This record gives sequence, structure tokens and C-alpha cells, in this order.
Amino acid sequence: MSVTKTTKIEVPILARVEGEGALDIEIENNEIKKCELRIYEPPRYFEKFLEGREPNEIIDAVARICGICPLAYQTAAAQAMEQVFGIEISPWAKDMRLLMMLGQWIHSQYLHVHLLAAPDFLGYRSGIEMAKDYPNEVLRGVRLQHLGNDIMKLLGGRSVHPNGVKLGGFWSSPKESTVKAFIPRLEAALKDAKEVIEFVAKLPFPDTTIPFKQVSLRHPTEYPVIASGVITSDGEEFDIADWEHHFKEFHAPQSTALHSTTLDDKPILLGPLPRLNLNFDRLPKHIQDMANATGITFPSNNMFHSVVARAIEGYWAIERALEICQAYTYTDTPSAPEQYAAGSAWAAVEAPRGIQIDKFDFDAQGKATHIRISAPTSQNLPCMEADLRIALKNFGLDRPNHELQLHAEMVVRNYDPCISCSAHFLTLNVVRN
Amino acid sequence: MSAHDKLLGLSARPKIAVHKFSSCDGCQLALINDAVSLIELSSLVDVVHFAEAGPLDEFAEVDLAIIEGSVNTKHDIHRLEKIRAQAKYLLCIGACALTGGIQGLRNFTNPQQLLHWQHDIYPQETQIVIDEDLATAKAIHEYVNVDFEIPGCPVTSAQIMHAIRSILFGVEPEKNVDPVCTSCKHAGVTCVMVAKNEPCLGPVVANGCEALCPKLGRGCYGCYGSSKYANMDAMKNKLREMGLTEQQIMHKFHHINSQDAKFKGE
Repeated sequence: MSVTKTTKIEVPILARVEGEGALDIEIENNEIKKCELRIYEPPRYFEKFLEGREPNEIIDAVARICGICPLAYQTAAAQAMEQVFGIEISPWAKDMRLLMMLGQWIHSQYLHVHLLAAPDFLGYRSGIEMAKDYPNEVLRGVRLQHLGNDIMKLLGGRSVHPNGVKLGGFWSSPKESTVKAFIPRLEAALKDAKEVIEFVAKLPFPDTTIPFKQVSLRHPTEYPVIASGVITSDGEEFDIADWEHHFKEFHAPQSTALHSTTLDDKPILLGPLPRLNLNFDRLPKHIQDMANATGITFPSNNMFHSVVARAIEGYWAIERALEICQAYTYTDTPSAPEQYAAGSAWAAVEAPRGIQIDKFDFDAQGKATHIRISAPTSQNLPCMEADLRIALKNFGLDRPNHELQLHAEMVVRNYDPCISCSAHFLTLNVVRN
Repeated sequence: MSAHDKLLGLSARPKIAVHKFSSCDGCQLALINDAVSLIELSSLVDVVHFAEAGPLDEFAEVDLAIIEGSVNTKHDIHRLEKIRAQAKYLLCIGACALTGGIQGLRNFTNPQQLLHWQHDIYPQETQIVIDEDLATAKAIHEYVNVDFEIPGCPVTSAQIMHAIRSILFGVEPEKNVDPVCTSCKHAGVTCVMVAKNEPCLGPVVANGCEALCPKLGRGCYGCYGSSKYANMDAMKNKLREMGLTEQQIMHKFHHINSQDAKFKGE
């Protein structure tokens, strides 16, 4: 008679991720029987309570979906509205939208690298604990985080729920002297950012291969932040407005989270690693060289290389922000005139953790009639579950529970999940074992 | 009991927990964003639970529980009660914890409307949402006794560190009673309502942001809730004079802090 050996690993609260999530894994006879990522963030109904609201109120409101990537929601919403209303924003405003988004990337990528991900690779429970042995690395991360925050403050007054973006551009234009003061800081940050790449390249990466279709935005000339093109690892290229012809969103019964997959139910992967894999050619040559010098070959299908992708993107973001600041001139027309028209539009931006997609419908008075907001984390959820199955098997299912648990958490943290985002309107399995 | 006596129960090396309810995470970020202060703080106190930063011990007995977010689900009522029972003092941070926050806008729906919202957003597994959702998203003090509150959407690192420092010294965190206008006057910011005819809630909104929006040339939209001596009728009249419709005025009041008694119209 064979003996069935069942191991249950329950992680009631996932640490060092944004928001409230849990993980259940059940192993029977050395096979994963169940692997569920549960999200118990309560729904907040943004899409419903914003119906009937005016554009600028919506821009202020959607920031509140996520404290970590508020600007992604504000920027995508503004871009969608401007398309519906036929408002052409100035090259100045385009530069400033990108500059602010770069500030958010810089903040979020370095927060994740130093405080959320690095402790996993180096064997600490938290960034606070890690700071005792790695004070310089943690302080370097904090410096870079603050730089990103200060760039967002430059136009938005504050980094969490910034107040700068409006329909047609910005509420105000910063003085030239204020913007130019960032130049020496950004130059100094490039040195830090180079060290971060070298630091993360030396981390011990577990061996794993992800088989998922990778998806990213595609910009006509540069690395994608705000763009309307989509590219996939299967060679497809299409406009964001055609998203629903390629992918679907559905309400998965086991986790009740809204998931995204291909039309034939395959998980799709978004975020820094697919972005770098699919847009390596869009990086300047010297940054490609720096990436190659890490010893990792891109495209890489080892999901643990995401931390390296973040560091490379961080370097690019600082350099791009520096260019914008060097070329900056003051304007007394930070915004195009507002006008309204009935219609519907899609828009997308690359949030640090993946594509944030919006579809807005407006009436002729400029009031929202229908809103759809897709968070990057909810789209990555099926991947996270599938990746866990692969990564844990590679790691060895016969390992002790606490090792399996740590490894599973590390796999999830790789995605830098933003659970408040993914659950601002969806989810929840509140059954807690 | 005076505020000073109230804090006599604090341990010499206090244990602190940070909890998240329904929110965007932005107020906790005020702690994480300033990692240098957080590291310094962790030399003065034991941070026993702070999921986003790492430490996990959800229902540990603590001196101070810091709460972000509102209560929107049945499950969270029980969780909050357990946390309250284990904490000597409760500090609520941010609009969601103080007034229910932006998601408090659901409180204006009737049961049919909320059901419609639930079906619209969760077309397939609606019943799970219905079973767990409360009809309201409410402030923490609606369910348990709260000792201290810091307003803001979001709170700033300076505000929260100042409040924790005060509590560690046995002093109740100070309350800001002034409106946003005070900061504009101190900083010499030209009034956006007078100079640009830009609607601004500054006269009735609590200060704390140091007039962040007027400094950007736009009107205040109420992140810190109503100010202590706010005259809401005068504010409404001014907005009417500026040409705003009754619906536009209502939308301005019913936004970040819609359940704040003065904005709600109580």
C-alpha cells in the first residue's frame, strides 16, 4: 500500500509586497496539487463612483488606486481623455509627462531592488535587517528613491498622489533654475546606478525558465514608458486599442481575481524583464554594453533576472531624465486649452511593474460614462501561479517547508506585485485557513 | 485623564505594529519612503508587524498600532477588533482611516445601486463579493476606540514621524486647526480664487499640505478633510458666485473625504 504524503504550505500574509495577499500551496506525492495566490484586498469600485465625474477630478481620483504608482494611473487617464477630446498636448508637456513617469520608475525600481528583493537573495527578513550588514547599499537605494520622489515633486508637489497632471498638460511650469538644479544630482546618481547594476549582477540567481508569452509596450524610437504600441515575444505588434483582440480578462473562480490571459487561456507576463527582453534594441548602445557586461544574456527567461532588469531600467531612466532636464525651458502655457467631445479611447503606460491599461468613454459634456482600468499586477496573476509551480519544482519539492515557503515568497516578490492596485476593483477570496 | 497621563502606559521600548485596511498603501509609504528615519525608528522601538517592510506578527500585543485604510468588509471588522484588543494605543493615519477615504463614495449608494456595481465589476463571481462586502466604507473610529489621528491623503513622512516622536515622548500629537489659506498667506502665495477665478476649497480644508495645490496654481480639493472652524455655507455661496452648478459643488465636497461630517453636509 502506498503512503500518500501531503504537505501544505500556507503563507497567510505575504511580506514585502504592496497590499494584502496570501499564498496556499499543497504538495502531494512530490507533485504540486494546489497553488493559489489569494488576494484579500477589499474592492473599492473606482470605475463606478467616477462615472459622471469631470476629467480633472478623475485624474486626481485615480492616483488613489495606488500609492506606489499613482502617476501611472494619472498619466494613462489623461492620455485617454486627450484622445477622446481631440486635445493635442505640447512637446513640453510630453517631455514633462515622461520626466514625471521616469521619477516614478526611479523611485519604485530602487525601492524594490534594495528594500524588497535584495533581502531575499542575501538571506534577510527585511531591508531594515539587511541595513545592518549592507549600510552603504541600503543608503544608496534610499538616495536613488529620494531622487525619483523629488522629480515627481518637481511637477506634482509631492510624490504620493502628485497634483501636477491635468487635462491638456500640467497645472504649472517649474522655474528653469529649479529643474537645472537636478542636473548634478542626476549625474551623481548615474554613478550610483552603475554600482547597483554591478551589485545585483552578483546576486545568486536560482535557475528557472519561464515559458510564458511576454508582452510590453513598444515606442517608435525609444525605451517604452508612455506608448500606444504593443509587442509580444511571439513577434506580434499591434495598437493598444486592439488589446481585446489578443487578450481577455476574466474572473477566475479559485482566486476570484480578475486575470488576464491570451484568448486561448495562456498566462501573459508583463513587467521589467519582458520590457527589457522585447526592447533591448531601444536602449542606447552603451547601456546595452553595460547590460551585456553583467554576464546575463538578454533576452533572458530566468524570472529572477527581473531584479537586474530593474537596475538597468533605473540607469536608463536616470540618463533619460538628465537629458530632459538639460534641455528644459520654462513655458507660460503648461496646458493646452480644454475642450470636450463624446467618444471612447484606450491608453496605456508602463508602470514599473507592467502595463497599466485604461479605456474611457465620455459624453459631450466631458463626463465619464464608462471606465475600465486594468492594473499590471492583476494581469500578471496567472503567471505568478504558473511560475510558482515551475520554480518550486526546480527548487526541489522535497525541501523543508520553511525553505519552500521562502522560495515561493521570493518568486512572488520578483513580480513586485502591487496588490492594492490589482484589487482596487476586483478579487477576493476571504476564506483564510 | 489628560493626554499626558493617557500615554503613561507606554513601555520603555515600545512595540509598534503597522496594519493596512482598505487603502492605496500611500500612507504606509510615508514610513517606507523615508527609510533612513525608519531605520532610526527601529532603533527606538520594536517594529513587530509591518507586512510591507517585512516583519509579520499580526495579532501581537503592542504598545502602538498604526492603522491605514477604511473598513469595507465583514472580515475586516473582526480583524480590527482583534488588533484593537491587543494594542494599548491606536494611531490612525490618512483619509481612509479617518473618514473612509475616496472609497467612502460607495456610502451614497442604495442597496440596488451597490448590487449593480458589484455585478458590473465582478460579473462571474459576484456572490463572493456580495457575501463579504459591507454596504459602506467607513472610518476606523466608527468601529473601535481611536486614540490619535493624523489626516491627509496621503500623510507625509514628516507628519507621521512627528506624531510617533510625540507619542514616544508621552505627548499627544498636536492637531492642526488652521485652514489651507493660512499656509498661502504665510508663504505669500497669490490666492487662486481671487486672481484666477479657480475654485479652491482652501478656506474650509484643514492645513497640513502647506498649500501644495495653490502653490501649483490650482485650487485645493480637500485631501486633509474639513478644518475646525470651516464655514461650509459661505464656501458654497462663493462657489455659486463663481458659476459652479450645485452638482459641481457637490462633487467637490464628495471626493477624497466625502464622509467627513462637514463635507457630507451633517
